[in-house]
Amino acid sequence: MSVESLFPLLEPLLPSVQKPIQYVGGELNSTVKDWDEATVRWALMYPDAYEVGLPNQGVQILYEILNELPETLAERTYAVWPDLEALMREHGVPQFTVDAHRPVRAFDVLGVSFSTELGYTNLLTALDLAGIPLVAADRGEDDPIVLAGGHAAFNPEPIADFLDAAVLGDGEQISIAISEVVREWKAEGRPGGRDELLMRLASTGGVYVPKFYDVEYHPDGRIKRVAPNRSGVPWRVQKHTVMDLDEWPYPKKPLVPLAETVHERFSVEIFRGCTRGCRFCQAGMITRPVRERSITTIGDMVEVGLKESGFNEVGLLSLSSADHSEIAEVAKGLADRYEGTNTGLSLPSTRVDAFNIDLANEFSRNGRRSGLTFAPEGGSERMRKVINKMVTEEDLIRTVTTAYSQGWRQVKLYFMCGLPTETDEDVLGIADLAKKVIKAGREATGSRDIRCTVSIGGFVPKPHTPFQWAAQCDHETVDNRLRKLRDALRSDKEYGKAIGYRYHDGQPSIVEGLLSRGDRRVGAVIRAVWEAGGRFDGWSEHFSFDRWMSGAERAFDGHPVDVAWYTTRERDEVEVLPWDHLDAGLDREWLWQDWQDAVTETEVEDCRWTPCYDCGVCPTMGTEIQIGPTGRKLLPLTVV
Amino acid sequence: MVQRLRVRYAKRGRLRFTSHRDISRAIERAVRRAGIPVGFSAGFTPHPKISYAGAAPTGVASEAEYLEIGVVTACEPDRLRAELDSSLPTGLDVLDVVEASGGSLADRLQGSVWDVRLPGADPAEARDAAERFMAAERVEVERLTKKGPRRFDAREAVIMLTAEDPDGTAARTAREGTEETADRDPGPPCAILRMVVRHVTPAVRPDDVLTGLRLVAAFAPPSPPTVTRLAQGPLDARTGATADPLDLDRDTRGGEPGPAVRHVGDHK
Repeated sequence: MSVESLFPLLEPLLPSVQKPIQYVGGELNSTVKDWDEATVRWALMYPDAYEVGLPNQGVQILYEILNELPETLAERTYAVWPDLEALMREHGVPQFTVDAHRPVRAFDVLGVSFSTELGYTNLLTALDLAGIPLVAADRGEDDPIVLAGGHAAFNPEPIADFLDAAVLGDGEQISIAISEVVREWKAEGRPGGRDELLMRLASTGGVYVPKFYDVEYHPDGRIKRVAPNRSGVPWRVQKHTVMDLDEWPYPKKPLVPLAETVHERFSVEIFRGCTRGCRFCQAGMITRPVRERSITTIGDMVEVGLKESGFNEVGLLSLSSADHSEIAEVAKGLADRYEGTNTGLSLPSTRVDAFNIDLANEFSRNGRRSGLTFAPEGGSERMRKVINKMVTEEDLIRTVTTAYSQGWRQVKLYFMCGLPTETDEDVLGIADLAKKVIKAGREATGSRDIRCTVSIGGFVPKPHTPFQWAAQCDHETVDNRLRKLRDALRSDKEYGKAIGYRYHDGQPSIVEGLLSRGDRRVGAVIRAVWEAGGRFDGWSEHFSFDRWMSGAERAFDGHPVDVAWYTTRERDEVEVLPWDHLDAGLDREWLWQDWQDAVTETEVEDCRWTPCYDCGVCPTMGTEIQIGPTGRKLLPLTVV
Repeated sequence: MVQRLRVRYAKRGRLRFTSHRDISRAIERAVRRAGIPVGFSAGFTPHPKISYAGAAPTGVASEAEYLEIGVVTACEPDRLRAELDSSLPTGLDVLDVVEASGGSLADRLQGSVWDVRLPGADPAEARDAAERFMAAERVEVERLTKKGPRRFDAREAVIMLTAEDPDGTAARTAREGTEETADRDPGPPCAILRMVVRHVTPAVRPDDVLTGLRLVAAFAPPSPPTVTRLAQGPLDARTGATADPLDLDRDTRGGEPGPAVRHVGDHK
């Protein structure tokens, strides 16, 4: 069965839409393989706009790895904006891939990467435009397997009805394994149809097939149990961990878009995992253990990636980049190598200490010292103990003062509001901290030309973290505290003008909280919101809190639960959580203990330097921390 | 800066949907990949020395876009043409490179030749509308700009405007020429407008002329037009033709002949 390109149908619609270039494909390093020569065909979706989705590392890595397999092809698809969606409906153009503009429904697997839960409504739009039934149970033999991955897939229950399967953790090896299962099943003539294929995937123990599990509820709404409804399906589905990042040096050929995107740079992951133990951080919990990429692989990837892409900026990614055991050598080696080439280097996600200023100085050797970002997260010493962000006020002020005196003019400080046990005083502590930072900076530099920006996000409790049991703070309280903080900053005559303040209102966090810790009953809410026009919920201009609340009211009618039940209700130790059958490797008792430690303001050390095995990941997953130093050096390149 | 090079490039096919900003990013990256020794401006955020003259709007294809690159070591124009072309995505194609002799390239770009394809439109109606437009003294049109709606005359800048059939003959009636194309699929009717427009401020674009056609003759094509800039350069106001703006640079280097350029009509 050959598949025609939809481009001739799409092309006449493009002059009427915003930024048409995002829909035409043809990016440098993109791949179009022969349809008939492939036996396993993946459509990879990032369920947000192209400008956000294209730079996504996960999709780019899987796209490259799958296309390297001889019998597999992979193409990409993104959420279309409402202007094109309307035209596609009017002219009967289905959801397409940007590579060869093939219809998404013609593929074997639709793999969707969820970095955030706010992409759920966009999944429904894509399925509907593709002509794939929204509910997995309604799909037939000609429909693709709809497979979720990404961090949100660690609790896929709210979208369980819409998914055929989900995978947890690193995608490199499991996507190849899934391709092999699909290839075999097709080669055998698709025995047993769709269900047999799903069964083969589920029986590997590493693919979660929601419909093979039944959820029972207590009359009060709590979950009674989640159990397989057939034999051969594991009680708990395990996450996947790539142990040697040097064996998987992707992306090798980064996609270079013609359209403008949110990250215009070549990014290299320098390690995965984080063991700092910040209790609010889902990424840090579910990606354990720490696995470093070696300095030499990093150097090679940067060299190849820049040459292949023509980008003029390199980002060294990880959850806490300065924690790489050889980061100083990496920074100096790259700064030496690219000196005089107008190549920028950036190091997102750094912790608060003076060492980072040395790194930042190295990275800005030839450029401008504009802004540095630190994330103390909590405004008071007490709050930082609760969240296990081990930064003292003294550390922070010393670090920031050092930055100012070395020529940095602007410091950005990230905080959260609505953390467990938080009081108004904890949030007002942010204002005190910001003022002290400016005061110390002015004293150290003798200049009033320094600024500090306070940026605040709302805290959302996430599955597989110690705060998975916590009550989320209601949005009225969050908004009230943010207002008090704003007044405290603005009213200060001495320092107020030197302090910038950025915040978001609390309502979207409640919806994110509902979707993060929701169970299968939340699927009806997502559908109701989507039917009422919900799209692009991560974009404030498209998000509607009222639409979510009225959708929830309709969907929960007759159930003993509501939005508050999912968000602002604290859970007790024995309650079955919707994701308990999904194994991130974390020991539940350890998480509970860490939650109790949080409440008593007890800190926990990073296990990177003091191995402990307490969190359970290494023993249950058969993994180990992989860190240097390797002692190797980056060689200077001969300029071609 | 030891040398300035003037580049003519095309934007073709689906890459016509690139905006000017998209193109400048693509070109800067291609310059890096090709290892072209581009110069950089001084200052906190150095920018590569690449300047663009008169970019075609998003959605409009072009066979004649121009830019200028300043380099810090001398480059052989033909080699730079090949290297830059192979580093750019297909559809952004480098056609011609010459060493700049001086003067301003932008000043030489006095007018453009446009090809506007109107699928589904009747060629005879198009011809009639074109004649009425050219017969008018002024045709006031309104366009939504970033600063809000703006009214201006679209007529005076148009030096020439004709309507043709797809096979290239000037349209007389809707069905004329069917004999010649009998062995091909005649397909739906299609009118082709050919226009030469002087570069003025505010710019008169082909869609402004189409707006004008609607106003003077109620001519409204049923589907969006496909617009291609065929050429831009110094205007011969008498003949209504444009000359190759890079010829002046070539002349000072000994009058080399211009390179063979793909026929303007056969873009993908």
